[in-house]
Amino acid sequence: MGPGMTLAPHSYPEVPLAEKLRLFNEVKADPRFKDYLYGCYECGICVAACPSARFYDFSPRKITQALAREDVELVYEQINDDIWNCSQCFSCLRCPRGNNPGGLITIMREVAIRNGLRSAKEALQGYSRVIYKVMSTGTQVSPDMLQFDAFPDWGPSVREESENLQLWRRALPPETMHTTSMSWRVADRTLVELYLIWHSAGVMGMIEEVDPGLAMILADLMAEKLEEYGLSV
Amino acid sequence: MNVIPPETLVPRPARERQFSRGRGRHEDIRQAVFDLEAKGEWTVQRVPAPYRELTTKYGLVKKIPLQHTWHHKSCGQCGHIPGYSTSIFWINRKLGFDYFDPQDQTSCTAWNYYASATSNAVAQAAVALRNFAAAYETGYYPLIHCGTSYGHYKEVRAELVRHPELRAEVRRILEKLGKPMVVPEEIVHYSEWLHAIREEIKTRQVRDFSNIVVAVHPACHYYKLVEGDAIYDPDIYGGQRTAVVTGLAEALGARVADYSTWFDCCGFGFRHILVQRDFTRSFATMRKIEVMKEEANPDVVLTHDTGCVTTLDKSQFAARAHGRNVGIPVLSDAQFAALAMGAHPYRVCQLHWHSADYRPLLEKMGVDWRAAWEEFKADLERLKRGEVQYLTWDDVD
Repeated sequence: MGPGMTLAPHSYPEVPLAEKLRLFNEVKADPRFKDYLYGCYECGICVAACPSARFYDFSPRKITQALAREDVELVYEQINDDIWNCSQCFSCLRCPRGNNPGGLITIMREVAIRNGLRSAKEALQGYSRVIYKVMSTGTQVSPDMLQFDAFPDWGPSVREESENLQLWRRALPPETMHTTSMSWRVADRTLVELYLIWHSAGVMGMIEEVDPGLAMILADLMAEKLEEYGLSV
Repeated sequence: MNVIPPETLVPRPARERQFSRGRGRHEDIRQAVFDLEAKGEWTVQRVPAPYRELTTKYGLVKKIPLQHTWHHKSCGQCGHIPGYSTSIFWINRKLGFDYFDPQDQTSCTAWNYYASATSNAVAQAAVALRNFAAAYETGYYPLIHCGTSYGHYKEVRAELVRHPELRAEVRRILEKLGKPMVVPEEIVHYSEWLHAIREEIKTRQVRDFSNIVVAVHPACHYYKLVEGDAIYDPDIYGGQRTAVVTGLAEALGARVADYSTWFDCCGFGFRHILVQRDFTRSFATMRKIEVMKEEANPDVVLTHDTGCVTTLDKSQFAARAHGRNVGIPVLSDAQFAALAMGAHPYRVCQLHWHSADYRPLLEKMGVDWRAAWEEFKADLERLKRGEVQYLTWDDVD
């Protein structure tokens, strides 16, 4: 597609083209990009296999094509309006051309987070507690997160589980699983190593972009534990 | 001159056709892993003996260790479906297999990564290799409980092989941690292990499953992510679908009934299951459970990944309230195998953590669930009275 040619000419006019191009180039610069995009036959197999395409106005084919055609305007629109609908099931890997639309979306999401886009913050509303849990305890969705208030649609069994949580966890035979605030008992030293990974790989900076308050809480918690082990970042 | 054999020009009757799959575009990344070891980039942890050799989608041989396994646990299994993990451990114990349940293990963190992208390739690879190093240091071999961890680790392995700069970044981080760079020879999912030992499980079967009808949901991150590593068998679905779960169910005498939306995901969505469950519930019930009910009418849905059990099980309550055609219990293959071997439905399989009604299934299996619940309640009373602090394997073996 030539310069200025786009299928989304009226999308986000308030955002300068240079900014859209910057984000597009960030997506393209990811080392995985060339492993995930080879071209597109426009066969639609990815759409037929896609669960999100059945319930949303969403198409992995359009996303793959926009990236292949370097339609900077449309890619910007998709980064804001489409990518968070993806289920990340990777059914689209059925692509006969060997593309990985789900992987391309993962890269686009990373770019959205790294740049603190408002759409990314909106998509993750209510999700902070999960990020806090996995980054601080090394396990996600611990037993004590299963509260009836948060999961009323799962029925009364959730209430029964949360009311009996301490007792039912003590009735589990594996010693590692008597925990309630983490999915299994993770050793302290292991957690310290995980914290060093988050700091060393630039993940703390990403959290700072989407949720500065959460980043601060996590940094304090991690600093305390690292100090205990005589380590700093 | 090359002559085209005339028999190739005459279509064979469908029943005589046999499906055979070539290597196609699939590369055997394990060779590249060994090549990097030879160059001193990392150590490859070998699959310990005894192991069994199974065939993958494109005909490669994959070694599946039987024991000396380091159990890479799953967040959702341990957190909300604890009978899933407990059943895996229990089967090891019943078969007398040596295994290790580590505390020096973190989540692969891929659920969060696929949900929120609040991480990156370097961090994800460092988390994976930290866990692999932890396993290597114990001498036990990683057996991965979660389908997403399994799929993601295979992605990470491919990324590390392809991108030297990523290896350099991860090496820098692991040096800080004092951990070696280690990649396992094979990345092995527990359902592959169950498939490999299904005959041993069958030998110890004490409950008759011949009247049980099963619908199988194959987990996306098991066989779609880095597809070439998944186990296939020409005798199961003609080699057109992964053999795990189905192979086990059939070995235990159950009848596996087919349904048209087998390829569809469960609707988990990673982010959706936590903060946008209207999508998850709709997909799980309308594209999976209702279709299974209408086309196969199974006694149970069997699957082999964390999110699939949760999604397919928990989504049914709200759908039932809307009068939808739902109501099938959902178990992991591990719980199903444990029940076949005589496991206690509550002490081992922990079915009280499940939502869809599993009691009719237990009755069909010949299990007196009322008596079993009374036994478990007695255990809970002992815990309440402080007679014991925890139940142990001695209480359930």
